[in-house]
Amino acid sequence: MNAVLIALLVLPLLGAALMLAPIGEKQALRLGTTVTGGTLLLAIALAAGFDHDAPSRMQAVTDVSWIPALDVRLHLGVDGISLPLLVLTALLTFLCAVYSVKKLPAGPGGRAFTGLLLLLETGMLATFAVLDLVLFFLAFEIVLIPMYFLISRWGSGKKVAAANRFILYTLLGSAVMLLGFLLIGVKAGTFDMVKLADAHGSGLSHTTQLIAALAILVGLAVKAPAWPLHSWLPDAHTAAPTAGSVLLAGVMLKMGTYGLVRVLLPIVPDGTATYAPYLGAFAAVGIVYGSLACLALARTGAKGDLKRLIAYSSVGHMGFVLLGIASLTPTGVNGALFANIAHGLITGLLFFVVGAVKDRYGTADLDTLAGATGAALYGRAPRIGALLAFAAVASLGLPGLAGFWGELLAMYGAFDPAAGLSRPAFVTYMVLAGLGTLLTAAYLLVVVRRVCMGDPKQPAPVAEVADLQGYEAASWTPLAALTLVAGLWPALLLGLSDPAVKHLLGSG
Amino acid sequence: MTTTHDLGQPLMTPLAVADPGGLIQSVDWVAIAPPLIAALAALAVLVADLFLPEARKRLLGWLSAAGLLAALAALLPLVLGDTRSTFCFTSGGCSYTADHFALAFQLLALGGALLTALLSLHTVEDEKLPGGEYWFLLLSSACGAALLPAARDLATLVIALEVATLPAFALVALRRDGRGAESALKFFLSSVTATAVMLLGVSFVYAAAGTIQLQGIADGLAHAPAQLKPLAEAGAVLTLVGFAFKTAAVPFHFWVPDTYVGAPLPVAGYLSVVGKAAGLAGLALVTTLAFRPYGHTWGLVLAVLAALTMTVGNAAALRQRADTPYGAVRLLAWSSVGQAGYLLVPLAAAGYAGSAEPLGATVAYALIYGLVNLGAFGVVALVGGSGRLESFRGLAGRNRWAAFALAFFLLCLAGLPPGVVGLFGKVVVFRSAVDAGLGWLAVVMAVNVVIALAYYLKWTALLFAPSAEQVVAPRRVPASLATALGLAASGAVVLSVAPQLVLQVVSGSLF
Repeated sequence: MNAVLIALLVLPLLGAALMLAPIGEKQALRLGTTVTGGTLLLAIALAAGFDHDAPSRMQAVTDVSWIPALDVRLHLGVDGISLPLLVLTALLTFLCAVYSVKKLPAGPGGRAFTGLLLLLETGMLATFAVLDLVLFFLAFEIVLIPMYFLISRWGSGKKVAAANRFILYTLLGSAVMLLGFLLIGVKAGTFDMVKLADAHGSGLSHTTQLIAALAILVGLAVKAPAWPLHSWLPDAHTAAPTAGSVLLAGVMLKMGTYGLVRVLLPIVPDGTATYAPYLGAFAAVGIVYGSLACLALARTGAKGDLKRLIAYSSVGHMGFVLLGIASLTPTGVNGALFANIAHGLITGLLFFVVGAVKDRYGTADLDTLAGATGAALYGRAPRIGALLAFAAVASLGLPGLAGFWGELLAMYGAFDPAAGLSRPAFVTYMVLAGLGTLLTAAYLLVVVRRVCMGDPKQPAPVAEVADLQGYEAASWTPLAALTLVAGLWPALLLGLSDPAVKHLLGSG
Repeated sequence: MTTTHDLGQPLMTPLAVADPGGLIQSVDWVAIAPPLIAALAALAVLVADLFLPEARKRLLGWLSAAGLLAALAALLPLVLGDTRSTFCFTSGGCSYTADHFALAFQLLALGGALLTALLSLHTVEDEKLPGGEYWFLLLSSACGAALLPAARDLATLVIALEVATLPAFALVALRRDGRGAESALKFFLSSVTATAVMLLGVSFVYAAAGTIQLQGIADGLAHAPAQLKPLAEAGAVLTLVGFAFKTAAVPFHFWVPDTYVGAPLPVAGYLSVVGKAAGLAGLALVTTLAFRPYGHTWGLVLAVLAALTMTVGNAAALRQRADTPYGAVRLLAWSSVGQAGYLLVPLAAAGYAGSAEPLGATVAYALIYGLVNLGAFGVVALVGGSGRLESFRGLAGRNRWAAFALAFFLLCLAGLPPGVVGLFGKVVVFRSAVDAGLGWLAVVMAVNVVIALAYYLKWTALLFAPSAEQVVAPRRVPASLATALGLAASGAVVLSVAPQLVLQVVSGSLF
């Protein structure tokens, strides 16, 4: 089992190194599909071999010394919290690779693209697999350079400025986070996340916990992103190529929330409890702010960009995740983890579909697309229109689809927060979040009306719109299917995460 | 065969000695071999220059490289064996000690000089620099830089520092195009002022403590009479100022950009690595060994100095425009000022912690920085041209491997994967600050790391940007330059995979 986990990290890294060799651009893209496909198979093998009866136990553990001078160990392992995220990462990267074989965005070519994609995958997988604070930081940093180049070289619009903003913001966050990690490491004498989590903050003074928790919280909140540290996100998502947007929203935002659950909650519990009400408040503001921003973008005449709109909707959705975490209850945190996966699937699908629309029309500007009556995708490209509508209703949290359970549980967690947290404050946040769901429904329905409906006869920017292509169907169907599965059978994920969450929170 | 017998405080020898036979000093040749071999190689090159015909002057360069390689090899028995000392006083204490601290900095000085020599082979021919003089000066300076970290009294320290810097003035001036002379003059004047200030400080300290031995000074200062205290403190400050000049710490940094631009490129790289390392080693020695009783005072001074240095250096580097002439060297010059700020952080932490333990972070970071910075200078030398940043646009299309190497070096300097070793270098520096309770300095440094990333990344992105020019046939890369770049790049890659190789100095004892 542990060999599978190691192979899962090494395979994409080797693939990335292979892209330095002189191979053809097309060949490189196909090789990228093979490597990411192999990685996905490994991830599935890992999930199959996972002992589902003990998801709170670290499995497939490797623990060897790497840098004794710093007491950094190559400590890897998966439990019920990280396993779904690993599979999601491998799946989304594979789908992006499949999609890019046919639809490579304009840029320097397939070899460099594939190399960066594989390096990115290594970093993302490593984030969810490592159990050492310094390695976690290292994995956090590995993703920056590949994503920077994906945005700045294969993106569109103001891509260089957006890429710079993305990397500088995130680096500032992670540098501050590193200071928190080092403080913990120096005071507790170890960087081992499992040992630190088992200690539940014993051995760390209250002051240390407060400082470390603040530093880590700020770093992860930039990544997640939490309002008001989100401002890098809309630009980055808008400028990034489709594969970049999918991975940014689908996986990289989860690295922040995963860090909150894996590091902040168990390792510095006192500090976290102090900041939880503030985190909850920022989360609630983020939910309302994100949906209001989307509503403003969806208005007629606002010149709203569809990709930008989905990016802002991510701020809202990640607000639910943060709210669930801030409640510090098993219910809320389970909801947060579920919403994490659901958002990865749904927003991944949304970005794929919107990217395809943008490719067909040459613009993602909602006013240009919609014209006077609406873009009428139902009439002109019915399958794409249906998929967009499906993703939109999944995103607004329709019961029976993946988006529903996570947000419900997160709000339920806020309704009954952990002992010691102010109930009235959290109930207020819950009400705000409830308002947010209404606003979310409003703007997504506006988007569906303006993009999917309308008069197919009206003059459009593009005469013929091709409907769903084979490669698109191949790369999108798994996401749509999993959205349905997760919505109808939530126990699949909750059964994995619940024991692990209880273990981390020290109540199980 | 450690020898500790000898006598009569050689630097203050009374004329009549009780035991004349004891004056014959037994020298531990193995301990002093590394700087000695460099010095002998320098003399050999100077003499050989007289007898070699013009056409074969090239040999001098290879001879120097071989000399430096031999000096590096001489480090091996010292690393494997115990700490050796020589030139000892009967009263205890030695003037030359080859402990782990000294060996690490000697590795940096001699290794840095070797890389510089490999980079220079091509430059010396290309720019028609006088070969004999060039190699002699380079080796002499390397000898001084290798001697310095092992010096354990103030006189040896000052002499070693001068042996390291005096040849450097001449090296800077060797380029005969006016700019070289101007930069050399600037360098010379500021450096000589620094030396004068430092000598004044040293004499004050001597007067207050009654000894020039570093260990002895610490004891002397701790027990100095109250009325000598101001003198001792003034002496300490002046000495620190002198070393701050050599490390190019702000506000004593203004000579750096012009000097680097005027100097032949390998020499600029040499100054940024070996010159800086020499100043830093001296600073570390006087602060942690000699001025230990004043730890909190100079700890604070160095912390402020570090914060200023990194902020000013990085802010100035950020302001470099892509089309300024010599922009690449200027950027590296300013970034080296910023990096000097990081290097000072563990020194400040040592003051707060009251022990030499945090110094390991400086040593580790200096080794990493030295390797990748010389590598970056090497690629700049390779690209040549006017040295504008703009001329690096699309380098990946013209010379893939050079572009990859430079990108890797820059990311190591920025401390971002795939430059893993640079990242861990920063981690140990951060850790030393956090450990010593210097949280504010750690935050300042975190902000600086982000500022630095902005310009390193701008340059890296430029390498892979589409180029407007037609693709020209790539110039053949001279073998020596390729060797130097290959050495630096493979060294950095190996260290990225196994950072323990360099980071072990953090956990071991230095002195």
